[in-house]
Parts: sequence; structure tokens; C-alpha cells
Amino acid sequence: MPRMTQLDLIRNFSIVAHIDHGKSTLADRLIQLTGTVAERDMKAQILDSMDIERERGITIKANTVRIEYPAKDGRTYILNLIDTPGHVDFAYEVSRSMRAVEGSLLVVDASQGVEAQTLANVYQALDAGHDIVPVLNKIDLPAAEPERVKTQIEDVIGLDASDAVLISAKSGLGIPDVLEAIVTRLPPPKGDRTAPLKAMLVDSWYDAYLGVVVMIRVMDGVIRKGDRVKMMQTGAVYGIDRLAVLKPQMVDIEELGPGEIGVLTASIKQVRDTRVGDTITHEKKGCDAPLPGFKPAQPVVFCGLFPVDANDFESLREAIEKLALNDASFTYEMETSAALGFGFRCGFLGLLHLEVVRDRLEREYDLDLITTAPSVVYQIYMKDGTVQELHNPTDMPDLTYVDHIEEPRIRATIMVPDDYLGDVLKLCQDRRGIQLDLSYAGSRAMVVYDLPLNEVVFDFYDRLKSVTKGYASFDYQITGYREDFLVKMSILVNDEPVDALSMMVHRDRADMRGRAMVEKLKELIPRHMFKIPIQAAIGSRVIARETLSAMRKDVTAKCYGGDATRKRKLLDKQKAGKKKMRQFGKVEIPQQAFISALKMDN
Amino acid sequence: MDDWRNGGFGLYLHWPFCQSKCPYCDFNSHVAATIDQHRWGRAYLSEIHRIGAETPGRVLNSVFFGGGTPSLMQPDLVAAILETVRATWPLANDLEVTLEANPGSVEAGRFRGFREAGVNRVSMGIQALNDADLKKLGRLHSVAEARAAFDVARTTFDRVSFDLIYARQDQSLADWRQELTEALTMAADHLSMYQLTIEDGTAFGDRFKRGKLRGLPPDDLSADMYVLTQDICAAAGLPAYEVSNHAQPGSESRHNLIYWRAGDYAGIGPGAHGRLTLNGDRWATEAPRSPGEWLAQVERDGNGEVPRARLDRQEQGLEYLMMALRLSEGLDLPRYRAISGADPDERKLRDLVEIGMIERAGNRLRATTDGRMVLNSVIADLAGD
Ligand SMILES: Nc1nc2c(ncn2[C@@H]2O[C@H](COP(=O)(O)OP(=O)(O)OP(=O)(O)O)[C@@H](O)[C@H]2O)c(=O)[nH]1
Ligand SMILES: C[S@@+](CC[C@H](N)C(=O)[O-])C[C@H]1O[C@@H](n2cnc3c(N)ncnc32)[C@H](O)[C@@H]1O
Ligand code: SF4
Ligand SMILES: [Mg+2]
Repeated sequence: MPRMTQLDLIRNFSIVAHIDHGKSTLADRLIQLTGTVAERDMKAQILDSMDIERERGITIKANTVRIEYPAKDGRTYILNLIDTPGHVDFAYEVSRSMRAVEGSLLVVDASQGVEAQTLANVYQALDAGHDIVPVLNKIDLPAAEPERVKTQIEDVIGLDASDAVLISAKSGLGIPDVLEAIVTRLPPPKGDRTAPLKAMLVDSWYDAYLGVVVMIRVMDGVIRKGDRVKMMQTGAVYGIDRLAVLKPQMVDIEELGPGEIGVLTASIKQVRDTRVGDTITHEKKGCDAPLPGFKPAQPVVFCGLFPVDANDFESLREAIEKLALNDASFTYEMETSAALGFGFRCGFLGLLHLEVVRDRLEREYDLDLITTAPSVVYQIYMKDGTVQELHNPTDMPDLTYVDHIEEPRIRATIMVPDDYLGDVLKLCQDRRGIQLDLSYAGSRAMVVYDLPLNEVVFDFYDRLKSVTKGYASFDYQITGYREDFLVKMSILVNDEPVDALSMMVHRDRADMRGRAMVEKLKELIPRHMFKIPIQAAIGSRVIARETLSAMRKDVTAKCYGGDATRKRKLLDKQKAGKKKMRQFGKVEIPQQAFISALKMDN
Repeated sequence: MDDWRNGGFGLYLHWPFCQSKCPYCDFNSHVAATIDQHRWGRAYLSEIHRIGAETPGRVLNSVFFGGGTPSLMQPDLVAAILETVRATWPLANDLEVTLEANPGSVEAGRFRGFREAGVNRVSMGIQALNDADLKKLGRLHSVAEARAAFDVARTTFDRVSFDLIYARQDQSLADWRQELTEALTMAADHLSMYQLTIEDGTAFGDRFKRGKLRGLPPDDLSADMYVLTQDICAAAGLPAYEVSNHAQPGSESRHNLIYWRAGDYAGIGPGAHGRLTLNGDRWATEAPRSPGEWLAQVERDGNGEVPRARLDRQEQGLEYLMMALRLSEGLDLPRYRAISGADPDERKLRDLVEIGMIERAGNRLRATTDGRMVLNSVIADLAGD
């Protein structure tokens, strides 16, 4: 590895696009064509290394890889590419990644055209001061219309698309052109090798063997193995054990200079010492001013996470700390629930984010968790003039002291083919939306709605996907708070309130929500030996009620000698299965019910 | 430490072969082209000697030839086995010797042979009293053949019983009422009626998983069928003495009562299970399921078991609870305490009594009819922590 890399031989860029437009597949081709990974080790979406990513076929974490490209000008360039996620819930990963690089490849699926996330990404890239190279992907598809999409990019985004690179990431067509465009059309990084060290802490994660691994982008100065460095925000000081670049596995390197991206390990014990966005400098002769840092992510959906087995609380705490290290957009604080015991109130950027974090905690840390109803953050204006932030419906103060309640509203941008426009408008209308704008780009409509976030966090994506057969795309920003007639709805199972299922709803929607909820619970709670009333209530007034009838048949018809052993083992298995249940009075509710009950389709 | 005496001592012999495999059946039964019955005979005798040496002097209450289809055994083989049994253990005066028979695999001559060998009770797998359903169940016999075989059995043996499977595909409550009424006109003093269970790993199980097994009764209908069966049989003088077994009082299957009363039993043959109390420890015995493997192991090692498992008091208590609550006589609380060292959870008992699943009478704990229909849940509740 060369000891020192000239700045003009470096290109740092992120690959951004709407979900599924082919970012990770393009990264595959770039990795492959430059021989970064041996042919026999190649696999599709190689950078999507987490189990959940592979199962769902989407990128969740931004991933960095360093490749070397011998360009047509006869010189070999170091390219640091960051493959980013496309889903709106992981937009924070994208914005964070963009701070570490100078340019973006904007991938657009030539058969789909510009989508909501395409727009959002362009704005972010421009905000980060990036040069942008538009890349039209999937031109192998019969439905691809590169010319039409070029026009669309120019009309909708206002970006010159005449030089867009036409590729098929799947077949490899056009990939050499992408590499040349990176070198010729994206700027090299700037930086001063002789200045005091100034490096940006871009990402960090916990590795079972290596401990905490920190990814950095060097802005100025040089960092070497053995150096003692300081995290400027937290003040923590560490000696660097190991310095490496990602190809995509770690390859050791002696030093990293300006413009370079790499990782370090430093026997970091305190997971809290590494904050993304922090600036790393040398302990002695450090730089004066830190980098501006990242805007902290604003969690918009909150829910409680509780261990199924109360003894796992400490393991959950440890797991959450480690995971938060790898996901700066996720927040947590301790919570206690009458029904569920000790746990954490966690904040997420959206429902998929919530699901992914829960999944990762369960798999990577071998925990069984119960998730409570997701909630947004309400502002409770008290009669005494104070304002409380409500993250958890359980904490709703007594109404006699409440003056009014405000809820967060969003500006949602939805792009959808003409044919489905009617259904989308109806959906937004049903969710208390106010139409702000409606325009056309070819046969696609772009609608902008002002919506209460509360109506979106439950199942809006799912509904949108199903009414548009997957053809709509969606993006949103929080715009502010507004007063509305909101109430707390409680759920009672066998006359016992289940605090984990209580939620804030609009009064006009409460009856419908309540009815849907008790009907759903009736299906999700297994029959017991007795009948179980399931009710939704506002205060003491019941607004919906169902009765789960008693189980009538559950007996082994034939039980002879040998069955004694079999039945005994079966009972032991059942006992293990019961750990996935929660006891509410005499009723056992499977944890899956908590998750499913909230995914309502009306 | 000799608690098993409360249940008695029996011998179970497993004959693992059938003429064909029924699609619902998950018993250890196999179809084999040729069977060397002499060789099998030697293996059974060797196993009887082995277990006999561990249980000298015990009074034997019952022998049960189960399967598979034991009526495919040569009467000579049955005779040789029973001769060895008689030479091995002292016999109870009222020793019960049962053989499971398939209606298709018997003729009168063979029945006489079994009787002469010492069999005094036959349990016949009739399963259904209409030909269409027999066919759906994959049975080889017709209703007429079953009736004829049963008539022969009745005239040959002191005690006869037959099995029916109900809650079948597309069976209505009225269908079952009629079939059951007919069955009661045939029945002697004992009748077993099992609701069709879809077992994993059977042809029905596979079809069910693929959604291809239609028309099975929903839980509510099968519960109604169960209640109907209880009522009609009781009125006909054959009340249920166990979840699926009915008899005139005094005519219960003594062998099965040993299981349900948590007695001791030796299990011999492929896949057979046993429970033996030896020097104060209670052991669960088990044999390899594969017929070929079992036979080879007995011939090679002189022992047809996989390593035994010792049951601790809690496991013994659980087994007693699981088995005894199947019986209408229920469970004896002092005995349960003696076995397990603890009483059932009082709060749970009270809850179960309150919702009508369990009743307590003196020292006995019984499942009600409602409770027996959901016995798995009742037991899981009582056994849970
Ligand atoms: N036909 C065709 N399919 C492609 C092409 N590029 C990618 N795909 C397919 O598009 C799907 C999505 O590709 P990914 O590379 O995972 O997309 P992504 O943009 O990384 O998606 P996220 O990370 O979830 O936002 C996969 O099924 C790819 O095989 C292409 O050039 N042609
Ligand atoms: C051990 S089996 C063998 C009896 C004999 N081979 C026969 O099939 O007639 C004893 C009884 O169990 C019952 N049985 C077997 N499989 C069953 C199932 N899947 N569901 C309900 N009853 C079943 C049948 O009534 C059968 O007669
Ligand atoms: S039901 Fe009886 S005959 Fe049919 S396969 Fe099972 S044991 Fe054999
Ligand atoms: Mg991807």
C-alpha cells in the first residue's frame, strides 16, 4: 500500500438513490471490475452483510469500501465509495455519509424514473456541497426509458442530465463509464497534510473480536498507528492499536492522510466515548476547532422495548448501548411498565427503523423482546402554563389539568402513477390530511400533503404500498406541531388494562381504531379455558368490545404408555414457548400480538 | 418407593408390521416383504428373560400385544411368548391378555389359535362403519368384513372391544350420531373412540400442511361430537372411564389402566416404552424404533433398549398428573404428594375449579367433562410455573 496518497488521486463519493434503484448492485460491479474482491468471493449486494439486509434485500447501514482504479489517464486512483440505504427511515445514514465525501452518484432506475427518495437525496447532496453524477440504471429492462427519465430529472430536479451515464448494474453494461465519470467529474478532496490532525468520526460499531471499531475521514493532518488521539467532544483519549482500510474486509495500513477514509481500533472500553460526528485529533498539538459535527437525528416514533424474560434486562441494556454505537439515529432511556416490567423507551426515525432495531437486538444479541405501541411525541399544554413532552401514552397526565394537546405534522411528498392517484388522495384524506400541492411529471403525479405524523406511523406505508401495488414512493419532513382533539385510548383484556397497548388517537378516529384493535386482538390472543372480554376505552367509557370465546377442544385423543415421555417433553417445550407470553391477570398474551395488533389494516 | 403397586404391573409387546400403512397413522408400524417370525420370536423371548431377571417375583396383571398389527403374528409365536411369560412371572388370577387385531388380517382359525395360546381379550381396529370413510382412512377392509371378523371375535374371546376414529373429514354431527348408535348395537362391554388426530410426518399430516386435507371439523364441532359421544355412551351403559375409552363398570382395559394409574410396565419390541421401578428409582425405558435395528441389537447385545433415563420426583409427579387426569376416577392427591413431594399449586387449582375444569372430592382431583375436552391446557396450567 502506498505510504502517501496525493490528494488529486483520491475520489470520495456516496451512491444514493430511491430504494431498490440498484445502488448496492452498482457497488458490486465497481468492486468487481476493479478486482477489489476476488471473483470467487463475490456475491450479490456484497456490502449488505447483515442478515436482515440479506433477508429483506435492502440496505440498512451505509457501507464503505476502498477500491483502486487505473484510469484512462494512466494514473491509479483511490476511490472510497459509500453505498447508502434508500429507505426514508434510514435517511440519517445517507446525510451522515455525505459529510464524509465530496460527490454523489445519483442512481435512478430508468424504468421507474424519479421517486420521492431521489428528490430527497438530491437536496441532501446539494446541501452537502456535492458534485452529482446522474446514473441511469436498469437500461437492460424492456420498460427502461432513459430519454424520458433524463427529461424528468431535468424538469423535476433541475439537474443537467445530458451527461447521465447509462448502465445496467445487473449486466455490467456501462460500468467503465461510471468509473471514468467518478475520476473526471467528481472533485478530489482538499486538506493540509502539515496541519494538526482533524478527522471526522463517521461511524462506529461493535465487533465481537475487535471491540469498538471507529470509521474516520481525515480532513487535515496525518494519523498513524500508535498515535495518541483525543475525541474532542467526549474528551476521551486513546492510543491507536490498529489502522486499516476497508476492502471491504480490513486491510492494515500505516497511516491515513487528508482525504482518506479508514477505520481504527483503540481498545475502547466505553462505548459512549465514540460519538458519530465527533472530531478526532492528536492528544498533543491538536487542532483548535472541531468540525461542525452532525445534526442530531430527531426520532419521530417512540416505543417501549422490554425483555420477555425480566432477567434479561441487563443484557438488553448492554445490547442497546452497543447497537446505538452503530446507529446514531436511535435514542433510548429507561422505562418501567406495570405490565412489562423494566425496559427502554426508544426513539426511531420510522416504523421500518423500529422493526430493524428490534430484529437486530433479538438476533445479534440473542434477546426476546416485547414491543409496545409506537407513539409520536405530543406536546401537552397544561393549565398551569407548562408544557410536557409526551413520548408514552401511559404517561398521559390527568385530563383535568390539561389545556390542550398538540401533535406533530409532516409534509409528505408522494409520487404515484396517474392510475392510483385517486386511491392515494383518499388514503391521505382518511388520515386527516390536507392537500398542499398536486403536480404532474409525465404520467406521474406528485402530491404534497400536510398529515399528522400519528396517522402515518402505524401502517401508512403498508396501505400506500397496497393501494398503489407498490408503485408509489413516499418521503416526508416534520413541519411543526398543531392542536387537535386527541385522546388516550386504553385497551382492557379480561378487565385488566394493558398499558403497553394504550395509544393516543384523534377523537373522530377513536371508535374505528378501537373497533379495529379489539377485533385484531380477538384473533391474536389464543383462546383460553374461559371467555375473555376485550375492550377499548376512553377514560371509563368503553368504545368497542369483543369477546373471545373459551377454547373447547385441546386434548390428546390417544395416550398410551410411550406417550408419557412424549407428552412430558411437549409440556417442557410449551413451557419454553410460554416465555414468549406475557401474563395479564389470568390471560396470557403472546408477544407477537403486541407487534401485530399495531399493524392494522382497515 | 413402591408406588407403582398402586397401578399394577404389565407387559407390552410391540409388533411393528402391517399389511399397509394407513395415512393418518404415526405409530411405529412398517410394511415388510418378508418377516422371519422365528427370528423375531427368539428376540422377544430373550427380552422377556432379560426384563424378567430384573423384576423377579412380580405379579403380572396384564400382557398386551400392540402394533402395528399383532394379529399378523403366527399363533405359534404368540403361544411361545405367552409360555415364556408364564414361566417368568407369577400371574394374577385375572391376568388380562389383549391382542390388537385388524379386521382384514384375521380369520376364524387364527382367532382360535390366539385363544388357545392364552389371549383372552381382543381389541379390533374397525375405525368406521361406512365404506366411503374406511376408504378415505386408507383401510383395507370393508364394513361387512369388519362386522364378520368382529362376530367371530365375540364368539371366540371372553372380552372384545373395538376402535373407531371420528371427527373425520366431512363428518356431520348427525352422521356421527347415527354411526355411534349403530356401533353401540355391535359393542360388547368396551369401546374406544378416538377423534382423528393429524400427526406430523404422516400422509395426512403432509396433506394438511399443504392445505389439501379439507373438511376437518372445526374445534366447536369436534367438541360437540365429543359431548354427544359422552352422553350417548353413558346412556347406553358404557360411560367414559378415560378421555377416549368407554366400558361397562368393571370391564375397563386393565392394561391401559396400568398406564393411566402410573403403574410399572415392561416395554418390549421396536419403539416400545416402559416404566420400571427398581431399587426405589423409577426408570423410563425405550427401544430403538427401527425394527431391523432393534432385532440386530437384541441379537448382538442381548439388550433391546437405548440407555435408560431415571425420572426425578418432579417428572414422576408430572407423568402421574398427565395420565391420571385422563381417567374419570382422576388423581389421588396424597399419592401425588408422595410421588412428587409437593402439592399442586393451590391458587391454580382454585382457578380451575372456579372455571369448571376441575372438581375436588375429598382426596381426589377430577377433570370435569369440559375439563377433559381441554385437558392439555389444564395440565399445562397445573404443571406450569
Ligand atoms: N434488471 C436489472 N435489475 C437490477 C439492476 N440493478 C439492480 N437490479 C435489481 O434491483 C433490485 C434492487 O437492487 P439493489 O442493488 O439491492 O438496490 P438498492 O438501491 O441498493 O436498494 P436499497 O439499498 O434497499 O435502497 C435487485 O433485485 C437487483 O438485482 C439492473 O441494472 N437491471
Ligand atoms: C395402535 S393403533 C393400531 C391398531 C390396528 N393396527 C388398527 O389399525 O386397527 C390403535 C388405534 O389407534 C387409533 N389411531 C391410530 N392413529 C390415529 C389417529 N391419527 N387419530 C386418531 N386415532 C388413531 C385407531 O383407532 C387404532 O385402532
Ligand atoms: S393404523 Fe393400524 S394398520 Fe394402519 S398403519 Fe397404523 S398400526 Fe398399521
Ligand atoms: Mg442497497
